[in-house]
Amino acid sequence: MFTRDNNLLTPADTVTFDFDGQRIDARPGDSVATALLLAGVTVTRTTHVSGASRAPYCMMGACFECLMTIDGQPDRQACLVMTRNGMKVEQQFMPVGSDHE
Amino acid sequence: MNDGKFDLVVIGAGPAGMAAAVEARKAGVSVLLLDEQDALGGQIYRAVERATSGMLDTLGPEYRRGGELAKAFASSGTTHGKRSTVIDISRDGWVGFEHEDNVSYVKAGCIILATGAVERPFPIPGWTLPGVMTVGAAQTMLKASAAVPSSRTVLAGTGPLLYLFAAQVLRTGRSIGAIVDIGSKLPGLPAMRHLPAALSAPGYLMKGLGLLSAIRKGAIPHYWNARDLCIEGVDHADGISFTSGGRQHKIDTDLVLLHHGVIPNIQITQALRCDHRWDALQMCWVPELDAWGKTSTERVFMAGDGAGIGGAVAAEYRGRIAALGTLAALGKLSHEDISRKADPLRRNLRKELAIRPFLDAFYQPSKLPRGTKDQSTIICRCEEITVAQIGKAVDLGCAGPNQLKAFLRAGMGPCQGRMCGLNVSQAIGHMRGVPISEVGSYRLRPPFKPVSLDALSKMSVPDLPK
Repeated sequence: MFTRDNNLLTPADTVTFDFDGQRIDARPGDSVATALLLAGVTVTRTTHVSGASRAPYCMMGACFECLMTIDGQPDRQACLVMTRNGMKVEQQFMPVGSDHE
Repeated sequence: MNDGKFDLVVIGAGPAGMAAAVEARKAGVSVLLLDEQDALGGQIYRAVERATSGMLDTLGPEYRRGGELAKAFASSGTTHGKRSTVIDISRDGWVGFEHEDNVSYVKAGCIILATGAVERPFPIPGWTLPGVMTVGAAQTMLKASAAVPSSRTVLAGTGPLLYLFAAQVLRTGRSIGAIVDIGSKLPGLPAMRHLPAALSAPGYLMKGLGLLSAIRKGAIPHYWNARDLCIEGVDHADGISFTSGGRQHKIDTDLVLLHHGVIPNIQITQALRCDHRWDALQMCWVPELDAWGKTSTERVFMAGDGAGIGGAVAAEYRGRIAALGTLAALGKLSHEDISRKADPLRRNLRKELAIRPFLDAFYQPSKLPRGTKDQSTIICRCEEITVAQIGKAVDLGCAGPNQLKAFLRAGMGPCQGRMCGLNVSQAIGHMRGVPISEVGSYRLRPPFKPVSLDALSKMSVPDLPK
């Protein structure tokens, strides 16, 4: 969906973090959500109502679709968290079960 | 931090916030600026401090202004509270915020909200699928990380930001798949009425025409008057279907970027029970403000796009005018002084806003979000509430959005109504046949954003003399 145009950035060291056991390379200044999208990861969490997959939508902290568990803490907005070496990022699977009828 | 007390607390590090802080600091008052992000710039000037010349060329000349403003801010002596999410503002000026999982409170003499705008949520069938984002989101990714969308990407909706982004992508040497435009190619009579005023605006019209020309030259397929937009796909977006020019179309793509204008971010002013009015032209709620940007809540001011959509340059002027207003409220400057200083700012602000009536008329959204014709469209994303479910609740007597919370939990998810509030109110108004000003909006309360009990348990409140 997205590729990085390195011509538009100054050279910088790679930032490496763990996503569900997978190693992801990022750059300083990337949010976790952006780094994941650039790495081809398209799902951040599932919903608690139907278990539907969700992905970042607004990238500015308003939509809350990018809620992920980061360094053990759940419900963090991945678009507002900057990538850091050694960070541990996990998808959030919400327990399903809600009846509106 | 300053013993927990500041003359002025500014919330938001976009153009309005930065300009307000710089202006206030000229009078020597203590200023704290709180912002959720790691770096200055808000949305429009995202990552401006580290932008390379290549990035500046891609984004366009207006972006450079943000860099100048950030420099002025950095040397203004403002305390910059970064990565700080404001969660509470109380009546006597206490501002609570969460930073690195700790909650702190500071006492503010005055508060300027410079929280900007959000994109108008644009619900269409399939909009909650992975692979659907806002144009603003993609633009943020470009600015902060030089991420460029793939050449199959479809932009859907309407509005100047959509064309700006397409032109920016073209400047990187890439292209996009198509623009599915729900607007018309030519302005109708309502917009044409405002054209003379718009022509007095400094070059905005020419800029807009330039963007459209670039898109034509880039040979991006541009479908006009698109209707019945629907994002296809099961677990991920794989295409978008729509009608245009009397025909059905389907474009295969794995990324759809939606945009339908921007609206003031009034999450905090609503939680503070400030007075708002419904702007029938911009189709959004706007806080009631006096000439200095003061809300109906004592000591709380609003500046920038939150006061009404006007763009980045207008936001600076509004920020500076609000700062002057707070300086008088704090007793640092006389009313005569601030009126004198504000006169040239108001003149410039008027010039910046001259294009707005034309744009607002040209890009005026329909009374009912188009996607809500389809009963299966999700309106409340967090709780997955559809148009059909809202319709059933209204049939059962649900009269407004706050009742809807009890019926369906709409608006009670983590986004606290940010994504659904406007559409829920519009849908209920349409279903009941009453104006939206009568339907009202979600009643909001602190915390303005979800905060963990752990962070709250570590709350620190300074001991200030009474």
